[in-house]
Amino acid sequence: MSLLGRLNLQAIQHGWVIAAGQLTLVGVMLLVLGYLTFTKRWKWLWREWLTTVDPKRIGVMYILFAGLMGLRGLTDAAMMRAQQAVSVGGNHGFLSPDHYQQIFTAHGTIMIFFLAMGLMFGLINLVVPLQIGSRDVAFPFLNATSFWLYAMGGMLLNLSLVIGGFAATGWLAYPPLSELAYSPGVGVDYWIWGLQVAGIGSLLSGINFMVTILRMRAPGMSLMKMPMFCWSVLGSLSLIIFAFPILTATLTMLALDRTLGMHFFTSYYGGNPMMYVNLIWAWGHPEVYILILPAFGVFSEVVATFSRKPLFGYKSMVWAIWGIVLLSFLVWLHHFFTMGAGADVNAFFGIMTMAIAVPTGVKIFNWLFTMYRGRVRFATPMLWFMGFVALFTVGGVAGVIMALPPADFQLHNSLFLVAHFHTMIVGGVVFGYLAGLTYWFPKFTGFKLNERLGRYAFYCWFFGFLLAFVPLYILGLMGATRRLDHYDPSLGWHQLFIVAGIGVAVICAGVGFQVLQLIVSIRQRKQNLDTTGDPWNGRTLEWSTASPPPAYNYAVIPNVENKDAFWAMKKLKTPLPETRYESITMPKNTIMPLVIASFAFALGFGMIWHMYWLSILGLLAIISCIVIRGSADEHEYVLSAAQVRQTEEALKERYV
Amino acid sequence: MSTKTKTVVGVVIAVFILFIAATYLRSANIPVLEPAGPIGQKEKRLIVEAVLLSLVVVIPVYVMLVGFAWRYREGNKKAKYSPELDGSRPLESIWWGVPIILITILAVIAWRSSHELDPFRSLSSTKPPLDIQVVALDWKWLFIYPQQDVASVNYFRMPVDRPINFQITSDAPMNSFWIPQLGGQIYAMSGMATQLHLEATKTGDYLGESANISGEGFADMHFTAAATSQPDFDAWVRGLKKSPNILGQTAYDRLARPGHDNLVAYYASAQAGLFDQIVNKYEAPVYFAPAEAGL
Repeated sequence: MSLLGRLNLQAIQHGWVIAAGQLTLVGVMLLVLGYLTFTKRWKWLWREWLTTVDPKRIGVMYILFAGLMGLRGLTDAAMMRAQQAVSVGGNHGFLSPDHYQQIFTAHGTIMIFFLAMGLMFGLINLVVPLQIGSRDVAFPFLNATSFWLYAMGGMLLNLSLVIGGFAATGWLAYPPLSELAYSPGVGVDYWIWGLQVAGIGSLLSGINFMVTILRMRAPGMSLMKMPMFCWSVLGSLSLIIFAFPILTATLTMLALDRTLGMHFFTSYYGGNPMMYVNLIWAWGHPEVYILILPAFGVFSEVVATFSRKPLFGYKSMVWAIWGIVLLSFLVWLHHFFTMGAGADVNAFFGIMTMAIAVPTGVKIFNWLFTMYRGRVRFATPMLWFMGFVALFTVGGVAGVIMALPPADFQLHNSLFLVAHFHTMIVGGVVFGYLAGLTYWFPKFTGFKLNERLGRYAFYCWFFGFLLAFVPLYILGLMGATRRLDHYDPSLGWHQLFIVAGIGVAVICAGVGFQVLQLIVSIRQRKQNLDTTGDPWNGRTLEWSTASPPPAYNYAVIPNVENKDAFWAMKKLKTPLPETRYESITMPKNTIMPLVIASFAFALGFGMIWHMYWLSILGLLAIISCIVIRGSADEHEYVLSAAQVRQTEEALKERYV
Repeated sequence: MSTKTKTVVGVVIAVFILFIAATYLRSANIPVLEPAGPIGQKEKRLIVEAVLLSLVVVIPVYVMLVGFAWRYREGNKKAKYSPELDGSRPLESIWWGVPIILITILAVIAWRSSHELDPFRSLSSTKPPLDIQVVALDWKWLFIYPQQDVASVNYFRMPVDRPINFQITSDAPMNSFWIPQLGGQIYAMSGMATQLHLEATKTGDYLGESANISGEGFADMHFTAAATSQPDFDAWVRGLKKSPNILGQTAYDRLARPGHDNLVAYYASAQAGLFDQIVNKYEAPVYFAPAEAGL
């Protein structure tokens, strides 16, 4: 066996469409490197970002990385719709079937694992410690490691664009198609190892924040006084802790099949592909609730703040979250009613699925009644909420229909299904996180985003979404299945695919406005400064500290007596406690998380290309890093009371 | 533009779009909503019932969303403002209770319909059912008629008003066998036979397709399901009998090779027990199983 495994020059030659992607990727990287060198930012990058263990900075990195991944996923989506708008009858479009299949596989994988999960962990990192009145997360080092594992998983997956190729199997890589017999190339291995590296990061993060929420709340903040975002995140984290090990195990078994010739999921030799389908959805269905729960949490904060009223039905909301958490583990089979499990089994899972509509509906009514008798201000986060309710309700009805097994037989794997889950994930998850980003943006930058461009972005997203996905509902009923790179003109699908393509273009315009919004807001930041730390007249603790907060979040840990802690403090005009600064212990910066994740990257790369020496070295290096880190003593430093006082006074005098 | 002009322009645009959409939908061919058989008919009715029941929740949500947003907008100082209102047990009981009742109704529907429309359940009819064995291949569909001893590729015929018993397997990655206008789909998987029972009540050529990604030629893996009168069906079978092609092991092996020309082919006869052989070969003991590479 050669030192390079199965890697050779052919791995980077794939025709002009991919060449354009490769050149863009390499070009952007060179530009960034050049810029950093030219502006002498390397030291800054090292000190402030690469070695940081501050959850606020890690959160920003999550969001930036997720944003880049989102642009890639959006490009994939645009290419898919462009192909479908032209590839009719004699015309086979500009993408080969194999390339088209790689693109939709990449689109799904990237959007779920790297856009949605990235935005979610970004917001959790930014907001949770502040909301519970904590100075840090439970395990800062582990937190940085999680981020870098996530980022390295994403890089590994994107490397497939330059070297080799990606899976052409759909985003969940069902066997036997994803087995060696039908997919002998490196594509599925890239999928497995990219997700494996990122997935371990997610699991570690799940544990970390679970401990943070349970153990590090400010004094007085009992669970039932916790902000609803934290409750939602807690629900999501418990799902992560139970679901992600299933993903890790499933991916490992598929990797064993592909690498060591085992037969967990092959068609032959007693393997059972149906087992894989069950396992992957036993992770996959909780995964969608992992994503949506924090988005629900965002809306709970946004609606209350912008209606200037407490959240309606706090207890109902908490029960609803835990109802969803429990039920989300009892519905996975609805993804394959068509496998023929039998009427009893199908009916059970169908009914469990419908049952989820109950707590979800309760949440929607509670949000609506939060607006009732409020003073509702329609800032952009509130617009995202309105769009969310409008879309999510329709998507929910589509979901309830498909929960009826016989109805699902007619809708499964059709574009109706695609339209349904995009309505839930774009309308729910994406709108939720975009609302959250706009809402908390001033907290982490010290200035607000431009409102006008934000509104333009919202309208493009909302109407673009309708244009892009209403046709898909109809196409599904017309018998159009998902994942078609080509179809016959006699089917009468062409016009609707063109409308859907226009819709995607409008959504792209929305994203364009968002990029513009970011640039304009940074340039005009002086006009939109958040000088008070409380730009929206907020209700929860994070608005009680400066924007952006100092590294230690709170010089004095607040004492919590009410649900909307900060609102109550403002209303009762609680006199600020006598500021008696004390010394604060902070974790030291360290490059070790990035090093560990880089070795995980090497391990994955070695497994993909059969360079086993590299994988073994990577694994040994990771173990050594953990040992080295474990045996060192000095992980923390102390900020003296005088230093804290100095920082606090500087913060106060900034805008005077 | 004033708010009023904006609203008017918005309404005009919305009406215009709805008009275009309605005109389009009237002329469009929507198989799932225009079923040509009893199974498709019942599945369509189920979809419609579920939508209607959901409206009980959907309409109030939309009314309140727009109504509350308008009434309690910041600029409207006439609206009541209750900054301490944070819940109401009776109200919350309503929106726990009503959805629970609705879902209970839907649950009963789900249980009954799952059993009634179980794809494995044979249809009751005065006429004898016709057996058709279906094999998903890379990337084509093979139909074997065990009673008539004929076979065809990418095209099959069935008499109307007669229940069809499909036995479905795959000698390729997983596929899904779907004829939208006749009724729901079921997976085609190697090493096992799934069943589907359908019936056509109207003559016509119906689109059949694979609904599950199975590799490069998946998109064009279509077939025609032709429902004809019994005499036309018999004539077709007699025609097939005159075909020079016989589906023996060699012919099958050639057919099973990956290819996506999507051609129609007919066979005067198929090797006895071919379908069971295809299913069973995946169950063969290890030392008989074909090499993985040479599938």
